[in-house]
Amino acid sequence: MPRLWKFTELIDTDVLAPGFYMKSPLAELATHCLGAIRPEFADAVRPGDVMLSGPNMGVGSSREQAAEVLKFLGIKAVVAPSFAGIFYRNAINLGLPAFTISPAAFAHPKLEDGASVRFTFDTAELILADHGVTIELEPLPQFLREMILDGGLVPHLEKRFLADADERER
Amino acid sequence: METLSQKLIAKASGLENIAIGDVVVCNVDLAMIHDSGGPRRVKPILDRLNLRVWDKDKVVVVTDHYVPANNDETRGIQALTKEWVRDQGIKNFYDEQGICHVVLPERGHLTPGKFCVGGDSHSPTGGAFGAYMFGIGATEMAGVLATGSIWLKVPETILIKWDNQLSPLVTAKDMMLAICRKIGMGGGRYQAVQYAGEAIRALGMQDRMTLSNMAAELGAQVGLIAPDETTIAYIENMGGVVADEWRDYQIEVPDKPGNLLNFDAASLSPQIAAPHSPANADDAEAFRNTPFDIAYIGACTGAKYVDLLAAAKILDGQHIANGVTLKVAPASLRDQERAREDGIMKILEDAGAEFLGNSCGICAGYGDDRLTEGQVCISSTARNFKGRMGAASSAVYLASPYTVAASALTGVMTDPRQVVERI
Repeated sequence: MPRLWKFTELIDTDVLAPGFYMKSPLAELATHCLGAIRPEFADAVRPGDVMLSGPNMGVGSSREQAAEVLKFLGIKAVVAPSFAGIFYRNAINLGLPAFTISPAAFAHPKLEDGASVRFTFDTAELILADHGVTIELEPLPQFLREMILDGGLVPHLEKRFLADADERER
Repeated sequence: METLSQKLIAKASGLENIAIGDVVVCNVDLAMIHDSGGPRRVKPILDRLNLRVWDKDKVVVVTDHYVPANNDETRGIQALTKEWVRDQGIKNFYDEQGICHVVLPERGHLTPGKFCVGGDSHSPTGGAFGAYMFGIGATEMAGVLATGSIWLKVPETILIKWDNQLSPLVTAKDMMLAICRKIGMGGGRYQAVQYAGEAIRALGMQDRMTLSNMAAELGAQVGLIAPDETTIAYIENMGGVVADEWRDYQIEVPDKPGNLLNFDAASLSPQIAAPHSPANADDAEAFRNTPFDIAYIGACTGAKYVDLLAAAKILDGQHIANGVTLKVAPASLRDQERAREDGIMKILEDAGAEFLGNSCGICAGYGDDRLTEGQVCISSTARNFKGRMGAASSAVYLASPYTVAASALTGVMTDPRQVVERI
C-alpha cells in the first residue's frame, strides 16, 4: 500500500535537487533528494507514494529537477496547502500532479507521516482506507488536467502540433 | 483602475480588457536561458518536437552557473551550450561575461513594456526596468522557444510603498530583508509585486535591481518598478531604446486597498536574516557579535558595481579581521572592470579579499567553491536555504554589502553604523 510522506518544514527546491549534483544525471541527483532533511527518503520512497508538504511547497529556484526527481522516484502526487509558483508550473509541465489542500484538511489528524494512502487523479482525493477517511483536494482547472493527462507540456504540444498539421491537410 | 502589471500583460496578450484571474496567452519579447536550465535541457525537447527556436533574435543565452567549468561534466555542458547557440544562429550569447540578470540590462536587452521570461528564478530582476519578466523551468522554456508564447493567470498587484528616505549605510537589500521579515517567503502569493514611493524613486538602477531580484524570495511572479527618468537614462546609456509609449509611464496603484503595504525608509536599520530563510530577518544589532567564518560578497543580488562600491567604502584603508575570510565574486565582468578602473578592486584586495570568477559562485552551490561542514557565512546573496551553498550543516546569514564588509572588518556580525560614523 502506498504511504504518505508528510513534511512539516518548508520544502525548497535546493533540498529537493541540491545544486552540487545538478550537473549529474537525473538518477544520481534523485539519490540526494531531501537528503539534507530526510536522508532515508530517496531509498525508502516507493512508486505510488504521495508527498504532503506544508505551505509554499517548492519555494526557491526555477530548476525543474526539483519536481522531476519526485516523479522519477515514483511520487504519484504532491499535495500542499500552497505551492511556489514556478514549482507548481514545473510539476504540471512534467506531468506530476500537484494539488492544493485546504488548511483544514491539511490539519486532519489521520493525515500522518507514514499513513497508508491512495491518491485518485480523477476525483482529486486522498483515501485513507484504514480509517475510512476520504480527503478532497481542490480540483485543477480543465486545461491543466488535460496537460497532466497528456503526460506534461511536451506530449501536450506534440498532440497540438499533430492536430494543427491534420487541420492543414484537410 | 488598471495597474502596471495589467498594462504590460494587456500589451503582451493583445487583449484590451483583462481581469484579475483571467488565464491569457502572451507573446514573448525576450527569452533568456543560462547554461544550467538552458540548451542542455531545451535541446532534447526541441529536437523531439522537430523545431528550432521561434525567433533567434529574441533569445539570449548566458553562461554563469557552471563557470568555471573545471571537470568533464561541466565542460561537456559548456560545449553543448556553445554548439547549440551556433546551430540555432543565436547572436545574443554572453559566454562567461557575468550573471545573466546583471548581463541582460548592461547589454541593453531590458526596456519598459517588454514581456520577458527567464530560465532562472531571479528573473523578476527585469521588473526594475519596467519589463514584465518572470522565471520559468526548462520544459516550460522549451515550450516558449517552440511557440513564442506562454500562458499566465492575470495577477493581483501588491504595491509595496516606501515613504521617506533611507539613512546612510541602509540599502535596498535591507529594505528587501525587512519586507521578507514582514510578509514572509510566501507573502507575494505568485502575484505581481510593485515597489513604489519616495525611497524607491531615490534609488539607482542597480539598487532597484536588488529589490526586483528578491521578489523571487517573496514568492511573487514579478517585482515591478514603474519606469522613470532614472530608468530611461540607464537604458539609453547601455545602448537600449525606450519606446515613446513607455518614456513617461508612471502608474503606481494596487488593485485593492488590502494589497497596499506601507514601509518607512527613514526608520529602517540594517537587517540580517538568520538561517535558513530570508524571512528570519531582524535588525543587525540583534545579531551583534555573532561569530562566522566567511564573509561573501557575491551573486546577482549582492555583487554588482554598487555592491562592490559599498564594500569598498567600509574597507578603504582597512584590513579584515584575523580568523575570517572575505570572498568576492563580482557579478559581471563589466562591473568588475569598472570597479577596477575606480580603484575599488584594489581597496578590496588590500583589505584581504579573495576573488572568485564572474559567475553564480558559492550562491548557487553548483561548483567546488562551497561551504564545508559547519561553516558559517554572512553573505550579500538572496537565499540562505539549508545546504544551498554547501554542506547541510553550514549556515548562511543574509545582509547588505555594507553589513557583510563591516562584519569582515570586525570578525563578528556588525551593524555597519558601528564602524563608520558616516559615508
